[in-house]
Amino acid sequence: MAQDSGTRTLISQTQISRGRGRVIYWTLLVVVVAGFTLVFLGPLYWMVTGALKSGQEIAQTPPSLFPKDPQPQNYVDAWNNLALAKLLFNTFYYAIGAVLFQLVLDTAAAYSLSKLRPIFGNVILALMLGTLMIPAMVLIVPQYVTVIDLPIVHINLLDSPFAIWLPLVANAFNIFLLKRFFDSIPEELMAAALMDGATSLRTLWSIILPLSRPILGVVSIFAVTAVWKDFLWPKLVMPSPETRTVSVGIYAFAGGTPMNVVIAASVIAAIPTVIIFLIFQRNIMSGLTTGSIKG
Amino acid sequence: MAITTVPETPRKPGRPPSPYSARPQRTSLGRKVRDNLTGHAFLIGAVLCFVVFSWYPMIRGIVMSFQRTRRGETTWVGWDNYSRIIADPSFWTAWQNTFYFTVLALALGYVVPFFVAILLNEFRHGKGYLRILVYLPVMLPPASALFLFKFYAYDPSEAGLFNAILKALHLPTSQWMQSPEMTMPAMVVASTWMNMGGAVLIYLASLQNIPGELYEAAELDGAGIWRRILHVTIPQTRLILALLAMLQIVATMQLFIEPLILANGAGAEDSATSVAYLIYQHGFFQNDLNGAAALGVIMLVVLAGFSAVYVRLTAKQD
Repeated sequence: MAQDSGTRTLISQTQISRGRGRVIYWTLLVVVVAGFTLVFLGPLYWMVTGALKSGQEIAQTPPSLFPKDPQPQNYVDAWNNLALAKLLFNTFYYAIGAVLFQLVLDTAAAYSLSKLRPIFGNVILALMLGTLMIPAMVLIVPQYVTVIDLPIVHINLLDSPFAIWLPLVANAFNIFLLKRFFDSIPEELMAAALMDGATSLRTLWSIILPLSRPILGVVSIFAVTAVWKDFLWPKLVMPSPETRTVSVGIYAFAGGTPMNVVIAASVIAAIPTVIIFLIFQRNIMSGLTTGSIKG
Repeated sequence: MAITTVPETPRKPGRPPSPYSARPQRTSLGRKVRDNLTGHAFLIGAVLCFVVFSWYPMIRGIVMSFQRTRRGETTWVGWDNYSRIIADPSFWTAWQNTFYFTVLALALGYVVPFFVAILLNEFRHGKGYLRILVYLPVMLPPASALFLFKFYAYDPSEAGLFNAILKALHLPTSQWMQSPEMTMPAMVVASTWMNMGGAVLIYLASLQNIPGELYEAAELDGAGIWRRILHVTIPQTRLILALLAMLQIVATMQLFIEPLILANGAGAEDSATSVAYLIYQHGFFQNDLNGAAALGVIMLVVLAGFSAVYVRLTAKQD
């Protein structure tokens, strides 16, 4: 609030701080705050309370604003019947693995491309960035065929967490974000480390990484939410009920389960990402804009 | 993983040679080779992942689209997969639906976030709260959000949220997903609600980069709010506007989870079938991975066409 008063935007500060402008400003602000709360928070309220209603109450017209006779049993049923504990554990396990693989491999690659600059590094970078142009849906079939029979080694990765972890490493956006960050670290620091006889790994570990905590945080958060939100790929490569992710599991049960229970399960599935967002919203928002703003 | 954690440390025994040691010619050549090897050792893990899961599948997709695999035997069939896919009556419906969705999503999901961002940027209060609200749906798993829409909002009876609101306003209620006409608009509303937060935040960031003097000068010249938006805001953000238009077209053309969950796939009278859903159907239900690959290549060509137009337009502007 305070820092904004200095910069001039579309409408000047003086115009909205007196007379008619002030009335319009405050009216608009109240209307927008109320409207946005209704549009973006309202559905979530409807979801959480709707899942507390009985099947009878959900079918009544007009719908009730508060559950008359709250049925926490729906949430308990969702937890038990859909084996949500197992589904949440799976998703969590895939998310953590994805973070580790992306942090180790993508950081190493971005460090090499930014600071070590080996021969053909630019060609490799260009080929990586080129994949940003290819829509995921186009690759889904050949990727699936590759995963069920890896070239040369002939391993089938179906139902193996590696089928989620490894393809996520091939993320050009991460490498781009990390490389841009590393590029901004002064070359002199590298030279000084080299003079002291530090190896490349040592330099990465003791100089680059400590300076890069913010960007590593952004990459990790994006990795977790990507796994949590993904649907089609985990649906294809994790076909067994024991290895499903939470979204796929709910979808698989949706047909034969009362809809209140499905919604209750959806609420539970959404809680982790909402919590992550509320904790890390600053990092998420800054990460989202740094990648694109100077484009 | 193990690959990158063992970059060579050849100088462990004894003191590392100083970069300024004797015999500069020999060390500089040896050093060069070694430095390059080190660089590639750090790259290898990520590069292997790109090779196996991105670059190779890209080529394989194109190759597969000209082959047919039956009972483990693969033969070249030329353009057969393409002609079979195009002859499928759903093919044209799917493209029609996908384009319709893309256009509607642009009308709603492209224009609205821009004006929301302009509005938010003017507020001196409550901005943080509004920003969190707009981005909150982006963080929900799409399956969760879509079940909410499917069961509670688009319930065709009067117990559904949208119908209850319409009825309270004395407007005619709708069958939503069960009506072929309403299927697409309903999917666009759900999809925009879920996804617009990202665009709003990116616009907000680019609005903050507009120098305030430009607005001041325009105001001194007597430009009203609309003229200032038209002559300052839009030209100043046009690169981001163009980029997000492109990204949104690519994203909406891949429409998949909305029809799958909201419309159970095809929807009423095929009104929801999308190209991506057709790829999924062919590949994983009709046991026709080659046909699905051909459809994927067609999609790639169409999107590449869009990108070419985009590059042409943005290059001309500068």
